[in-house]
Amino acid sequence: MLLATAVLLPFLLMLLPAALERARVPPALSAGLVALGVAAALAWLAPVVASGALVQYSVPWVPSIGLDFALRLDGLSLLFAGLIAGIGLLVILYAHYYLSDEDCNGRFFAYLLLFMGSMLGVATADNLLLLLIFWELTSLSSFLLIGFWRGAAEARQGARLALLVTGAGGLALLGGVLLIGDIVGSYSLAAVLAAGEAIRGDPRYPWLLTLVLLGAFTKSAQFPFHFWLPHAMAAPTPVSAYLHSATMVKAGIFLLMRLWPALAGTPEWFWIVSTAGLVTMLFAAYVALFKHDLKGLLAYSTISQLGLITLLLGLGTPLAEIAAVFHLMNHAAFKASLFMAAGIVDHETGTRDMRRLSGLARHMPYTATLAIVAAAAMAGVPLLNGFISKEMFFAETFALQPPWSWLMPLAATLGGLFSVAYSARFVHDVFFGGEARDLPRKPHEPPRFMIVPVEILVVICLLVGLAPALVVEPTLRLAAGALLQRPLPEFSLALWHGFNLPFAMSVCALVGGIALYLVRRYLWALHTRETQWLSGKHITEALVEALGAASARLHSGLERGGLRLSLLAFLVVAIAAGAIGFGGVAPQPTRTMLPGGVVPWIGVAVLVMATGATVVLHRERVLAVVAVGVIGLIVSLAFVKLSAPDLALTQLLVEVSTVLLLLLAMYFLPQRSPRDSSDARRVVDGVIALAAGGGAAVLAWAMLMAPGETISGYHLANAKPGGGGYNVVNVILVDFRALDTLGEITVLGIAAVAIVALLDRIELPARALDWEGRPWSSGHSLSLEVLSRPLLPLALLVSVYLLLRGHNEPGGGFIAGLVTGTALLIQYLAHGNAWVEVRLPPRYTSVAAAGILIAMLTGLASLAFGAPFLTSTFAYVSWPVVGKFELASAMVFDVGVYLAVVGVVLSILATIGRQHGKAEQA
Amino acid sequence: MELLLALGIGTLVAAGVYLALRPRLFSVLLGITLLSYAVNLFLLASGGLMVDGAPLSNLPGPHPDPLPQALILTAIVISFGMTAFLIVLTLRAVSERGHDRVDEDPGSEEP
Repeated sequence: MLLATAVLLPFLLMLLPAALERARVPPALSAGLVALGVAAALAWLAPVVASGALVQYSVPWVPSIGLDFALRLDGLSLLFAGLIAGIGLLVILYAHYYLSDEDCNGRFFAYLLLFMGSMLGVATADNLLLLLIFWELTSLSSFLLIGFWRGAAEARQGARLALLVTGAGGLALLGGVLLIGDIVGSYSLAAVLAAGEAIRGDPRYPWLLTLVLLGAFTKSAQFPFHFWLPHAMAAPTPVSAYLHSATMVKAGIFLLMRLWPALAGTPEWFWIVSTAGLVTMLFAAYVALFKHDLKGLLAYSTISQLGLITLLLGLGTPLAEIAAVFHLMNHAAFKASLFMAAGIVDHETGTRDMRRLSGLARHMPYTATLAIVAAAAMAGVPLLNGFISKEMFFAETFALQPPWSWLMPLAATLGGLFSVAYSARFVHDVFFGGEARDLPRKPHEPPRFMIVPVEILVVICLLVGLAPALVVEPTLRLAAGALLQRPLPEFSLALWHGFNLPFAMSVCALVGGIALYLVRRYLWALHTRETQWLSGKHITEALVEALGAASARLHSGLERGGLRLSLLAFLVVAIAAGAIGFGGVAPQPTRTMLPGGVVPWIGVAVLVMATGATVVLHRERVLAVVAVGVIGLIVSLAFVKLSAPDLALTQLLVEVSTVLLLLLAMYFLPQRSPRDSSDARRVVDGVIALAAGGGAAVLAWAMLMAPGETISGYHLANAKPGGGGYNVVNVILVDFRALDTLGEITVLGIAAVAIVALLDRIELPARALDWEGRPWSSGHSLSLEVLSRPLLPLALLVSVYLLLRGHNEPGGGFIAGLVTGTALLIQYLAHGNAWVEVRLPPRYTSVAAAGILIAMLTGLASLAFGAPFLTSTFAYVSWPVVGKFELASAMVFDVGVYLAVVGVVLSILATIGRQHGKAEQA
Repeated sequence: MELLLALGIGTLVAAGVYLALRPRLFSVLLGITLLSYAVNLFLLASGGLMVDGAPLSNLPGPHPDPLPQALILTAIVISFGMTAFLIVLTLRAVSERGHDRVDEDPGSEEP
């Protein structure tokens, strides 16, 4: 529980700094307290973990897909979470001084807490799917942090690039995790780690390994996916110190460590991981030497050091894994302090360009000292932490088979040599040399507390370097044990192991690196001739642009002749696919047909005639609307005949409203369509229409004649005992499938809102004459006016009756709503807008919204009784005089449906009707 | 009876498709209305036809399949919403562009 609180604390409180943004100190203070709280919780749990127990917390989240909110704290998670909380705390303190008053520091700390929570989640997740969720959250929050200075194009591009690369990696990782889950049968980390044999033996192992590694390599900036990291340096420096040295880029490494027992130990693992690590280490160390930007140098050196850790993980020996964990810790300490030092230099001088910076040791001797110690740790100078983990790395490179037993040490020495050279450059170019001439600001020491985080980290570097066995060995043993999931081999952490080969390699690297730095000017001359286009950023951007251009070409190829052609293509494909589906075999009738009878024959004959009339007369719009009305009537008669009274009622009422609507709209539209399609086009359309109609008819007939069991038995049997109603259709609507109905009335509401919005400030030309050239009548029909008044109360009474009886007899909310709507519409028609609106304020969208809300609250009410959403209940009540009757909660739901339908119908028609009022006045 | 219903559905689909392919929004609107009739009848057919069935579960006798009916009932109301939306879209198009052609077609004349 404490563990879950620690992980969720940053998420829960992330809005706190943003809320406190007005003042200068509170945002940083609140964020710092959150980080302190997390650190305290971890410290509280640390003794439990140290005793060998596993702290776990688990609640099911989505059990059907195997996703649990499961957390674990073992040695490895503890180490990682400790880094996240500890360095997070230092970075918050540092950032408070780094950010200027113009920066929205509340927003910054909110993002930072979001990131911290996500990283803690990655470190402690005990379920691979959960890990993936937090993994994606780190990508998103780092996007926000890198792009924090959103005014700068560089920051936006860098953020986008980082999101693109790490997001693509996350997608690959998802594939890998799903494969692992499929093989293991569970996403639980314990099950996955125990099933290493099964995973490695599966034929899909190469695929899942590649996918997981893609995820890890993109996150940890391994070659060839390293290029996003240098561009992410557009972020504020505290972000770089936190994300790009200590935490986020280590997430990929952490994943490799976490899954090491399950995935490692195969030739594929060795070759892919160690090659990627080796190439990254050498390539990035080389590039780092040529970066003139301080943060650029640090970015590439980070990539290189991450490559070193990856290489160690790839080697696969238990000792190499221990070295990897050790170097991960050391790197976090010295790199975070270096980034902070670089930020201080930038902050106090206004530039990060090493060609302009020079001789700063005179102005900021204290910062310089700290930076020099940290840089020495990075270079692997004895007495510092970097030296010890590098020695371990050098020793491990001998453990391979020839020719690697001499090639690998050579490559390792070369990598060390470059790291000495760029470290020397960092120190010498910035802090020594002559006085800098054209610095934007006069350099001086930073505020006292801005340097505290650097001090703490540098002291850690020193302590670990001087007394590793004392300071760091217990933590290291704990973490490495959790990584390997088996007893650790013998090893000793010591400053001095005697004159052996690794020490000789260290000396070579130190001497060679300094020599390389001395001859750097010749190298630069060589390097500047290197082609600029060979950068990952350019290649990615070119790829993205090419993809965009290709899809634009595809789109313009498909969308040539407007909507009609697209529709035509769609229809032809649908008809062809349907024809293939039939396979040329005529359906074999297996049911006996119902007898036709005279009335159905007449009905269909009228239907065919009315349809034909619609097609022939479609350009005479008023006549076509009348013909469509006839078709609608026939359809509702068909519903009556086919034992569907509810449908017949609904269809009839909708028909009335639709025709009214069409007539209202007709006022603003041309009354006739001109003949503007050619004969050839009409023939083509006709052929396609006949084919579609024929296909639909054959399909309907085949379906009607095929044997089929329906699931209606269940609904019929349970309507009364389960839903308390005899009208099964209504019980399905308001009870069995009430969620669908809720969705549907919501869609109706959305349609009404869209219609109101579309008609907002519309300008429609009023037409003085009708289609025969006669002026429109200005008054209202007297007979309609007289008749409509007594009709309204009658219709309302009928609709209430239909609503109340709907559960047991034909009727219900939809039908009652349409009756009310139609009754009110007739008032509009008979008396005009002004008359109605005086008597009935037109707030119909609110009525619709109230209806949807009532329906939703009915559903929520069942939650209060511990039942699932939208569970219904009913009871029989006995009143004197009235007698015994039934009350069902579903009826309240139906009232919601009723109100929604009334509100929607009226808001649609009244909004259009109002246009008439405007047009008449104009 | 089955043959008659299939014939009716086929007729409605053919007319609906033809009208939906006309170059004027108003005709398209009529076409879509016809298509939605056809689809509703088709859905009803999926439950099997029954003449003179008992619509309520307390009445004796063969009962029609209630599930397609429930689906169609909401479909009718939703299609009303959609028709209304299309009508208003047509009005907006007329107001913005001055005509109700489906595609911009510089060749033809303004009515």
